[in-house]
Amino acid sequence: MCWAAVGCLLTLSVLPSFRLSAQDTSAIDRGVRIGIVYRPGVRPGVVLLPDRSTALDSVRAILARDLDYSDRFELITLPGGDSIRVSAPAAARAPGARTTAGARAHTGGEAAGLNYPLYQALGADFAIALAAVRDTTQVTIHDVTAGAVRRLLKARLPTATSSQFRMAVHRLADKIVEATLGTAGTAATRVLFVMDGKLYQIDSDGAGFKEILSTKGRAILSPVWDRDGRRIAYMEFWSGHGQLFVQDAATGRRRAVTDGATLDFTPVFSPDGKGLTFSRAIEEGTDVYTFNLRDNCCLQRLTVGRFSDNLSPAYSPDGQRIAFVSTRPGLPQIYVMAADGTDEQLFAPFDYGVTGSSNAPDWSPDGQSVAFHRDVAGTLQVFVLDVRTRTVRQLTSLGRNEDPTWAPDSRHVAFVSDRSGYRQLWVIDMETGRIRPLLQQSGVRLPAWSPRLPETEQSTP
Amino acid sequence: MTRPLLLVLAGLVTAGVVACGGNPQPATPAPQANADSIAAAEKARQDSIAAAEAAARAREEAERVARQRTADSLAALGRGTEAVRTMLATMIHFDFDKSNIRSDDAGTLDQKVGILQANSNAHIRIAGHCDERGSDEYNLALGNRRATAAKQYLVSHGIDGGRIETQSFGKERPLDPGHNEEAWSKNRRDEFDITSGGDALRQP
Repeated sequence: MCWAAVGCLLTLSVLPSFRLSAQDTSAIDRGVRIGIVYRPGVRPGVVLLPDRSTALDSVRAILARDLDYSDRFELITLPGGDSIRVSAPAAARAPGARTTAGARAHTGGEAAGLNYPLYQALGADFAIALAAVRDTTQVTIHDVTAGAVRRLLKARLPTATSSQFRMAVHRLADKIVEATLGTAGTAATRVLFVMDGKLYQIDSDGAGFKEILSTKGRAILSPVWDRDGRRIAYMEFWSGHGQLFVQDAATGRRRAVTDGATLDFTPVFSPDGKGLTFSRAIEEGTDVYTFNLRDNCCLQRLTVGRFSDNLSPAYSPDGQRIAFVSTRPGLPQIYVMAADGTDEQLFAPFDYGVTGSSNAPDWSPDGQSVAFHRDVAGTLQVFVLDVRTRTVRQLTSLGRNEDPTWAPDSRHVAFVSDRSGYRQLWVIDMETGRIRPLLQQSGVRLPAWSPRLPETEQSTP
Repeated sequence: MTRPLLLVLAGLVTAGVVACGGNPQPATPAPQANADSIAAAEKARQDSIAAAEAAARAREEAERVARQRTADSLAALGRGTEAVRTMLATMIHFDFDKSNIRSDDAGTLDQKVGILQANSNAHIRIAGHCDERGSDEYNLALGNRRATAAKQYLVSHGIDGGRIETQSFGKERPLDPGHNEEAWSKNRRDEFDITSGGDALRQP
């Protein structure tokens, strides 16, 4: 990890202000850092190079925000913009800059005259240049330390007025993250949520706030994505009845899965996409059931509550296990069972008679953690269970924080928080502890973060 | 048929014999008798009309009185029904995150037992509600528990479970939109309403 070493060196000796201030670029730093070890200066620095042409300004702005929100980089802004990029002599004046002939001599794509030593002096490990070549947008990723082009990405972006434009740029951002760090980003994702009984979506960067569905006389609750991002499921609630629907995310076509005669809620797709598992409340109590979507048959009850309620199923990504909420200890707590309903056991440890209610489990896509919320002193806080060690840690403490939902990178969690005074959507990065607001609208409930959305996606419903 | 015909013929023969007897006496009273009978018939007719009219009037009066009486009693019954309905609709309340019947609500439920026993046609629906503090989705299960807890109480006191429907509203329909304990304690409730057989309710 050469960038880490360089980063530390620069942090300590050369330009500490760049390194440390990068953390606060969002100006939202009221978040809680309980249980999170933040290691300043170990994230690679990235500089998004300016361009004389304004053609790609909006692309650059979206990419810059996506890279920032990935929380995987220190985003470095160039003081003075263009002048620094083109004026090679500036490198000589930059403190700590290395002026190796190789770095300057290197050319790649648009990189002629790129001032690697300067960027390195600023703390950059990567420099990213954009160029429009006919109808193709070219992204050149320079490895500043190596002084060479690391990768050239090409994308044919839709026009900026197209409804597909932003998502296409987000996909490009995810490819940049993958090309630099080896793991894809999560920019090309959306979060579904409910407000005033209507279903909404918002892009991962806070743009694209849009109503998807409202049903007269019924409230939509508990939206959820299937694993490939092509379908969503949700519940329509009215007068004590809950009916489950599965909807095509692209076309908006939907079908009812249950008839609404009973109270069916908290639907979740099985990871293989064949089943819809949910909670059903009848007079005998609430239990987890599963329905075969592919064959449109075979309702099967998975839990046998009798004197307790069992609800809110959440599959492990391999589909082998289901985390769920059970009231068998009195107050609801997080349990786990095999996907066929056998081998039920306590999942998230608690102190009997002390620990408050625990609800709303969501299993991380990497399978290692289960996020949920727990009543702490009369308000709700987001917790994370380590699946292997079965230990829990509290992620939030400011205000009321609930209904966590994992991003596909298994490090970001969106949740509802009233820390601002209103119930809004927030995102926390588990690695850095950085918290940012995703949506300023109030009255937001029950968010569901999508997987990386498929490229074939048409328009949204 | 032959016998009555023979009797009629015999009668005619007898009359003929009398007439042929040459006795004129019966000739004169006959018109008088006829006049009298006509007058009598007319009077009887008038009387019967009067009587019929009187009877009709009496009947109408009786019906009117009966109608009035029914209306009065229905109104009284309605007032009673309304009172009983109000009693039946009295809500019960729950502690936070709990679904057990509180001891101070047992009396309210006992009253409902009495009403349901006195009105065996009445069917009711119990709707469980929660306050805003709990989890959105869990509250649907909790509301369901609260509704069934009240139903179980009624059933254990002899009411047929088939007459009681339950449903849960979770925290979706608060009575009091406030964000304090006063509002919350009002919102943690079971609501009762009559689904059928509630047109005329008797006091228990």
